[in-house]
Amino acid sequence: MCERMTDRVSSCDVLIIGGGPAGLAAAVAARASAARVAIVDDNPGLGGQIWRGEERTPTTPEATEWLRRVRAAGVEFISGARIYDQPADGLLLAETDGGGVIALDYGKLILAAGARERFLPFPGWTLPGVAGAGGLQALVKGGLPIEGRRVVVAGTGPLLLAVAAYLRKRGARVLLIAEQAPREKLLAFGLGLWRSPGKILQAIGLKRQLAGVPLRMGCWPVAAGGDDRLQRVRLRQGDRAWDVECDYLACGFHLLPNTELAVHLGCAVRDGAVQVDELQQTTRPGIYCAGESTGIGGLDVSLIEGQIAGFAATDQPGKARALFAEHARQQRFADLLNQTFVLREELRSLPTANTLVCRCEDISFARLRDQPSWRAAKLHTRCGMGPCQGRICGGAIEFLLGWPAESVRPPVFPVKVGSLLFDHGERRGEDATR
Amino acid sequence: MPDVVTLSVNGRTVSVEPGCTVAAAIARAGAVAFRRSVAGEPRAPLCGMGICFECRVTIDEQPYARSCQIVCREGMDVRTDD
Amino acid sequence: MTFDAAIVGGGIVGAACALEAAQSGLRVVVIEPGVIGGGATAAGMGHIVVMDDSEAQFALTNYSQEIWRELAPGLPREIEYEECGTLWVAADDEEMDEVRRKQLFYEARGVSVEVLDAAALAEAEPNLRPGLAGGLRVPRDGVVYPPCAAMHFLAQAQALGVELRQGRAAVELSDRGVRLADGEFISAGATVNATGSWAPELTPGIDVQKRKGHLLITDRHPGFVRHQLIELGYLKSAHSISADSVAFNAQPRKTGQVLIGSSRQYGSNDPKVEAAMLRRMLARAAEYMPGIAGLSALRAWTGFRAATPDKLPLIGLCPGHDRLYLATGHEGLGITTSMGTAKLLVDQLLGRDSRIPAAPYRPDRKSEEATHA
Repeated sequence: MCERMTDRVSSCDVLIIGGGPAGLAAAVAARASAARVAIVDDNPGLGGQIWRGEERTPTTPEATEWLRRVRAAGVEFISGARIYDQPADGLLLAETDGGGVIALDYGKLILAAGARERFLPFPGWTLPGVAGAGGLQALVKGGLPIEGRRVVVAGTGPLLLAVAAYLRKRGARVLLIAEQAPREKLLAFGLGLWRSPGKILQAIGLKRQLAGVPLRMGCWPVAAGGDDRLQRVRLRQGDRAWDVECDYLACGFHLLPNTELAVHLGCAVRDGAVQVDELQQTTRPGIYCAGESTGIGGLDVSLIEGQIAGFAATDQPGKARALFAEHARQQRFADLLNQTFVLREELRSLPTANTLVCRCEDISFARLRDQPSWRAAKLHTRCGMGPCQGRICGGAIEFLLGWPAESVRPPVFPVKVGSLLFDHGERRGEDATR
Repeated sequence: MPDVVTLSVNGRTVSVEPGCTVAAAIARAGAVAFRRSVAGEPRAPLCGMGICFECRVTIDEQPYARSCQIVCREGMDVRTDD
Repeated sequence: MTFDAAIVGGGIVGAACALEAAQSGLRVVVIEPGVIGGGATAAGMGHIVVMDDSEAQFALTNYSQEIWRELAPGLPREIEYEECGTLWVAADDEEMDEVRRKQLFYEARGVSVEVLDAAALAEAEPNLRPGLAGGLRVPRDGVVYPPCAAMHFLAQAQALGVELRQGRAAVELSDRGVRLADGEFISAGATVNATGSWAPELTPGIDVQKRKGHLLITDRHPGFVRHQLIELGYLKSAHSISADSVAFNAQPRKTGQVLIGSSRQYGSNDPKVEAAMLRRMLARAAEYMPGIAGLSALRAWTGFRAATPDKLPLIGLCPGHDRLYLATGHEGLGITTSMGTAKLLVDQLLGRDSRIPAAPYRPDRKSEEATHA
């Protein structure tokens, strides 16, 4: 028969989707009870995006400490596996890099799926050599050679400084940082930092690492050029535009919560983020969400939300409540941060008629802007119908054309047809006892 | 654990340290285009975290493998659209 | 203002009817609450196929395919018209008998076909499993990308003066015209219900049922499938009028993607993709083409076919009315038969003779179960 049984079954009390800071914190908190806890992540290692590679090459004491605590707590880690379907309540299916399928049988679920960068299309952004800011950092952490390469870091958000500092430490020649947010907003943000002394220290640390690298505020990339790969970036600041010769453009426009799996599971989403109560529970009982998926808040918010979710999911509400005050304090900082890095109106005119917006199907801005809705654009141009399922173009289109994101059709992530053949239901009891 | 992993990228032998991603190995092999787009444009990784699908290559004859999420294994045969 | 015809529904049937009516000089308005070609038009495969279930079904599909083939050279690229041919796949000797029956049927009516033995079938479609008995190739059958086809026909109609009321729902259809949800009344000489499986909601009492189907599309795997492939086991399963069924059906898109079907369910109004039904459908496909399991699946979805008891569409005056017309009930063949439907409908609006007998599709026909030829 063609119907297949899963290659492996994993049963746990608390299943955590995502091994970044929120997921790690949730795991440690949940393990403070007797619960069996598992983390599943698409990446080959723990740490998520911000702490990618920290287990192999420790650089951040805080990351090292959390990773140590997770390892010491006895948490099962399933790596290189992405969730693609929920065939029944309490059961998720994940496909592994090797093409195998794991059935994940759980009691409570904590979604800690993090965020992705928002990309905005401009002429030349599809050239090899143009990557996300976090994107280039992740690639370098994965071994991409960067020493001696000329890099322009651009876009918006606190990530830009961290990425620039990291790339510089790895030997890149960071030519400049172009932050679209205006100087006034950034100064106001800097003043706001006085309320968070810890953040000041981080900022000062970054400033030292970035000594000599120009930070241009109210400045953004308008075009990338080169033959078959990036050779130069055109930047604009006020009335002035100029070209910078470079090898890489690391460019991201702040972050967008990853909500696709939550939506697939029926959890409500508001303003692009998964809706949760004070115990991080979504609108679906027993499903919690923590970290960037609930709204962009940064590392500290993610760690606290992760702990709250971990405690709440394991009947330790007292410990969760003890973190509420700190959560509220960190959240104020996150709100300030998000206000600071709001996208400026001028960025809406970044794409020209011929600029591709959908990179999977090569759909130009001209073909999209006259469509009446996302669904019409999808049906009549195939925009967003490729393998990224709209994850890349969706955030851009929301900003450029004002169309709210559409729900992702199953599977929630592209998988092999064979992975959809798994017969789980009838054999579930049998599987669980193996 | 061996201190070096050897694989083939477009027929060219590349040695990388363990833990290195296939995307990094491709760059070290000097390939620029990871894939060709629908209209034939060269493309290379954008997001670095497995969601943009621009880094897709053929690994051991399996098409559409996301090279940024896959760690190099000894003897891998990697093909790009370069 | 009064229109000659108010066409309710901007799917491929409504769009084709609007274009045909406009080309015949009628003043037309089209009413569509959602996206053009966003209903069953978007959900289906877009197979342009000549069928042989009954003489009437053959006549309409054959007539329609002729029109598609005439239009083909002028169709824009995004419609992705391609004459890939249909290959009816026979698993065993019993199904080979069906191949030969079909061959005689088609050849007697001027449709060229080709019988393939096991070896020829394997050569034509190397990814089919070994051991199949053979098949029947119908070379002139083709595929299109339906939403763009509907949009193209409607845009052509608009260029001829057809008005489009998009984003506004019709709530009441009568002999005098159409009432919209916002209260506007559109007066028309003829009102046409072309809303597919939603038709009974606007015209109660007509015998059209929702028949749910699942489909799945893969990433680009050029050459994996070459023809529209349909198993002949279909006859043993899909024609049952009540039970849920699946059948192997695979289609090569011009993009290199593979569209995999099909499932049929009655009695469901929920558009949700059902994991169990999807699994059954894909398992059937993998039985015929084991390599399908290795393709990358991008997206699954469902749609609702408008099914009638005798598997023929309802084209013409609605019983009990003198100016309310129906153009619905096309089941899984609406992309093909939209062309013939438009001709037959406008012929009736204008009192013209039709190229093929219109009686078998009239809504007031005495409903009989289609007899298998």
